[in-house]
Amino acid sequence: MSVLEVRELTIALPPGSDRKEAASKVSFAVDRGEIVCLVGESGSGKSVIAQAIMGLLPRTLAITGGAALLEGEDTARASPERLRELRAARMSMIFQEPMTALNPVMRCGDQLDEVLVEHAKLSAQERRAKILDTVREVLLPEPERMIASYPHQLSGGQRQRIMIAMALILDPVLLIADEPTTALDVTTQAQILALIRALQARHGTGVLFITHDFGVVAEIAHRVAVLRLGQLVELGTRDEVLKQPRHDYTRMLIAAVPTLQPHGRKVDERSPMVLETRNLGKTYVDRSWLARRREVPAAKGVSLTVRRGQTLGIVGESGSGKSTVARCIVRLIDPSAGEIRVHDIDIAALSHRALRPYRRRVQIVFQDPYRSLNPRRTVGEAIIEGPLNQGVPRPQALERARRLMELVRMDAASLERYPHQFSGGQRQRICIARALATEPELLVADEAVSALDVSVQAQVLALLEEIRTRLQLAMLFITHDLRVAAQICDHIAVMSRGEVVEYGPAEDVFSAPKHEYTRALFAAAPGRGFVFGSA
Amino acid sequence: MDAPGLKQYEALSVEAAAVRRHETMWQRLHRSWSVRLGGTALVVLVIIALAAPWLGTVDPSLFDAGSRDLLPGKAGEITTLEGDTLQHKFLMGSDSFGRDIYSRVIYGTRVSLIVGLFTALVALAFGIAFGLSAGYLRWLDGILMRVMDGVMAIPAILIAIALVALWGASLATVIAAIAVPEIPRVTRLVRSLVLTIREEPYVEAAIALGTPTLKIMFGHILPNTIAPLIVQGTFICANGILIEAILSFLGVGLPPDIPTWGNIMAEGRVQFIEFPHNVFFPGVFLAVTVLAVNILGDGLRDTLDPKMAKRV
Repeated sequence: MSVLEVRELTIALPPGSDRKEAASKVSFAVDRGEIVCLVGESGSGKSVIAQAIMGLLPRTLAITGGAALLEGEDTARASPERLRELRAARMSMIFQEPMTALNPVMRCGDQLDEVLVEHAKLSAQERRAKILDTVREVLLPEPERMIASYPHQLSGGQRQRIMIAMALILDPVLLIADEPTTALDVTTQAQILALIRALQARHGTGVLFITHDFGVVAEIAHRVAVLRLGQLVELGTRDEVLKQPRHDYTRMLIAAVPTLQPHGRKVDERSPMVLETRNLGKTYVDRSWLARRREVPAAKGVSLTVRRGQTLGIVGESGSGKSTVARCIVRLIDPSAGEIRVHDIDIAALSHRALRPYRRRVQIVFQDPYRSLNPRRTVGEAIIEGPLNQGVPRPQALERARRLMELVRMDAASLERYPHQFSGGQRQRICIARALATEPELLVADEAVSALDVSVQAQVLALLEEIRTRLQLAMLFITHDLRVAAQICDHIAVMSRGEVVEYGPAEDVFSAPKHEYTRALFAAAPGRGFVFGSA
Repeated sequence: MDAPGLKQYEALSVEAAAVRRHETMWQRLHRSWSVRLGGTALVVLVIIALAAPWLGTVDPSLFDAGSRDLLPGKAGEITTLEGDTLQHKFLMGSDSFGRDIYSRVIYGTRVSLIVGLFTALVALAFGIAFGLSAGYLRWLDGILMRVMDGVMAIPAILIAIALVALWGASLATVIAAIAVPEIPRVTRLVRSLVLTIREEPYVEAAIALGTPTLKIMFGHILPNTIAPLIVQGTFICANGILIEAILSFLGVGLPPDIPTWGNIMAEGRVQFIEFPHNVFFPGVFLAVTVLAVNILGDGLRDTLDPKMAKRV
């Protein structure tokens, strides 16, 4: 018998939503010892299904049909008391953000203990022994210290291990993992994925793994269910779905996953230099009256060059200093050392007033499309802001905006509308148009496609490529995603702990990484070595 | 990106299928019953204030020794400034000078609404100016906020009494006296909003586009603080109306010849046991007005400021 059987589950959305149902007649099953990946883009209803199984649906959503059977018992209609008994004991869940899923004012050990107190009749000593065992099982170093720590004292990966320990301490038959590695760095992600796989194999747990990342799917899934707008479009084994997708939507998604192979475009090394940083450094100084002066180097000795018509990628994990470098180059923060030469003018030390005429040359596109546009200004106002600052008369600026909208493949009528009327991908196109409006020579993209769904990401990447060739723009592309970097970059700089550890043509870096850290990073890339689709 | 399928399947993307439907702010406001209730009550009060001379009132400063302490509904006489004697029905009775309480309460609506509106405007104007400066210009922050802390340390009613004593009682001083203690609260609110908004990528994008600082402060940051400020404004307005009544009641507000709800209640206080109507009617108006403004404020908060709203 299956551990979990979801049978024609239908969940209604409140009236006035963009569609009627969050999930429509979704059916799939998870067997003992099996990992089923529920894949879909944002808004596909994958998290809602998980919430319905756990009995955690928000009040505004109602189950209108079907059932979710946990070992034959319908959890979608169970009473709150019964659900409380089932949760943790028979089914448990881990979440994307371990920091918010753990109680910040309780020691990790006490949070684990709470689960045992509620569900198991054990003495205090037995509970403690069990907690230590479980913490050891999720491979946390120094278990004693871990259970005495508060969540904020642990790293993201350690917190997620605590979450996993909490979910598995009562040995449930079903584990639901809702994007458990999305907030983690790629090397940590690889460890957590390995851990989940090892634990479920040892205990025979059925796992429902929710993700949007096909690399992760390739890494962990036995079977895959693909959701689109609340409908299950494809269900099959990993190899069936990833290598011979039957449904158009699955095929489109898989075609949109960038490969880890660098694109191998010819690079003209004589092209004129647009940006050159020499020994760029940024140190944050923590000054206060009473405490000692503390210095935190965020970036040091960064020397990079970007040539006309070429893309330099900076890759690294969170805290590696890649965004610091980008923000220094755009001069959103002031560098504390080194030079930033844009066409032989050092802008590193210019005052903000003196810098203003040079601002137009370097423009930036940010990660979060929902926060990058002022919600109270029309798209047109946003795009002409730069040209107006340069003294371009309003009619000409608007004309330029219209041409740019065409360039980013959007309707000129969009200029009159407000940002909330657009989707994330459209907003990112608008942000690109805004950055291009000042006719920059260098475009900095700071994780510009990281927040987008894979199909939208592919569209925006294609757009950036087209713009780079057409305008012969120099691009600085900051990303944590090696697939995206391989897709778009001519040169790659790998950063770790504020320093560039490896720097060279993308081909060389990808085919023969020299630095140990680069090799570790590549080894951790999910789905590495898996060949997607046969198209 | 030369996957041939990509263009072809672009329409299949979940994002392309999402229909974006958004209610405008007005539609959302209209749906909230507290906005409608509070708004309607306030509109009625404004109409009463504007139409005061045509609502069967007499000049609120007229008195007639023969019509002292009449109970509500009694008819009597009142002498105009020209010396003519009019027959008048005292709907809410008369006070110990023989003045018509109904006329005084209706005219008092004008004072209360003006005081409420202008204290809110004055407090918001200064609070926005200080809060924007403190939040965006970091060097000013320390000094400005410590001054604000100092002002906050003095009880509001004490500042108001001191200022009225200093400048003499007039509408303008009363408004200023009520607004000044509110300024630090608005400043703190605006500053905290500015501190989060200044970190938003769209502000950074404006910096990168070379937009001058003043334009960023007033063009990008200020418009995004408006929703919570409108909400705060309604609460200041309600509070202002209350404080004005308190000041008048204590005898440190507007001079007793100006009809305000507080003045009427202050005069009626000594006779409260025998003639409670002196205090009752202005009290009801005061309570209804403050309630209406507060209900409106609650509704505005729930619709304009979803972060503060209780989740369904």
